[in-house]
Amino acid sequence: MGTPSSGTSKTLRVRIESELCQGHNRCCAVAPELFEADELGNAHVKGDGTVPPALAAKARLAVKNCPEHAVRVAEAD
Amino acid sequence: MSAKKPVSDWATDFDHTDPVWNNDPYPIWDDLRKRCPVAHSERFEDGAFFPSRFADVRDIAYDTEHFSSRRVIVREKKFDPVMPSPPITSDPPEHRPARMPLLPAFNPKAIEKLTPGTRALCNRLIDAFIAEGSCDAATDYAQHIPTRVIANMLGVDEEDGDRYRRWIKLALEEGIHDNAKTMQSLKEMSAYFAEELAKRGNKPGDDLISFMRDQRVDGQPLAPEKVIGTLRLLMIAGIDTTWSAIGASLWHLAKNPQDAARLVANPSLMDTAVEELLRAYAPVTMAREVVKDVTINGCPMKPGAMVLLSFPAANRDPEVFPDANKVLLDRQENRHAAFGLGIHRCVGSNLARMELRVAIEEWLKRIPVFRLEDPSGVTWSEGTVRGPRALRVVF
Repeated sequence: MGTPSSGTSKTLRVRIESELCQGHNRCCAVAPELFEADELGNAHVKGDGTVPPALAAKARLAVKNCPEHAVRVAEAD
Repeated sequence: MSAKKPVSDWATDFDHTDPVWNNDPYPIWDDLRKRCPVAHSERFEDGAFFPSRFADVRDIAYDTEHFSSRRVIVREKKFDPVMPSPPITSDPPEHRPARMPLLPAFNPKAIEKLTPGTRALCNRLIDAFIAEGSCDAATDYAQHIPTRVIANMLGVDEEDGDRYRRWIKLALEEGIHDNAKTMQSLKEMSAYFAEELAKRGNKPGDDLISFMRDQRVDGQPLAPEKVIGTLRLLMIAGIDTTWSAIGASLWHLAKNPQDAARLVANPSLMDTAVEELLRAYAPVTMAREVVKDVTINGCPMKPGAMVLLSFPAANRDPEVFPDANKVLLDRQENRHAAFGLGIHRCVGSNLARMELRVAIEEWLKRIPVFRLEDPSGVTWSEGTVRGPRALRVVF
């Protein structure tokens, strides 16, 4: 794993395993810049999920607060 | 209440309605997790299990093949599921179509709209007792917040909370020991909602009763008993649960003034504090009925047996939550299960979170310093939903 807050390493990207998401909406609350809920309350990433360096910590917090382990963060190429 | 024989061993004879369990279940669960992580009891018809580890609770919540939701309360005598409350009592494949229509009414945007009204409500409640210098935080404050919010959403009289709470107490507490009381509650609620539906006729409306009436599945209206079943669920699930979470949180802050002071000094701490209070004092224990032979953590279970699904116990498992018995208002990693896991995730979780947050915020703005009047005078509800029911505080 890189050091996301340094801004010098690889870009992070978030995604949601939609078959695991049950609509707790914790990711939307923790990182509203990165996630949004649809009409049924299921969460989706905004845009293509690219995480601006300043939001790396929030992306990781979203992962750590999803009760269903549906939020994933990984380094983009 | 009838005299019950005292519990000899929580591992083999547990009783989730015992006063010792109700008053302070956490040491019991800690002990069980170590020496018997799937406890058993013959006090309930066909036997009941009590898994206390997070992993076991999670596995059962995800396993709709072996565990059915047709019975979600462990009672002394099994209660025939003659009046289901979909979707909480539904299994796949009926579960999803019963749940989908409800979801838009409880999504984050819909709940955000209710926030200003809830703040105003909290302040009106505080206005009524603040000059006294004391109140019962459970009955003068916490209980009215979810009751009035859900009454307004349903489009029923918000002043009739005593009646709604009586139905819930009959169904969820007294009904554990006496099925006639459960039946009485279900019948009275059904008659009440039938009358509300009749009052509305076909008139359009933006309340949840009109909304459920107008639902169509494959172009067909829902059967009246399904509409009424879901309306009963919304009322039952919307009141005691959040009342308990608000009450337990205020109980914690009354006992731990340093935590109240931290929240007053740093309101942004509420983001994590609300989740931590939900983790530590999760009010709701659901249940499942075993429908196929299955083994959980080495413990064989036979069809017909009931299993308590204790999200509160799961949330105190030190294998998942370091310092599980400490309330850490700034806990960063918090995958708690207060609202359940899997397909039955509480439909009202966004609403409950909003109500809990607003209730604490508005309280602390007006009453930053308070304490329990008499710690031994605090009483707790029993069984399915745990929270303080008498909570005198002075300020």
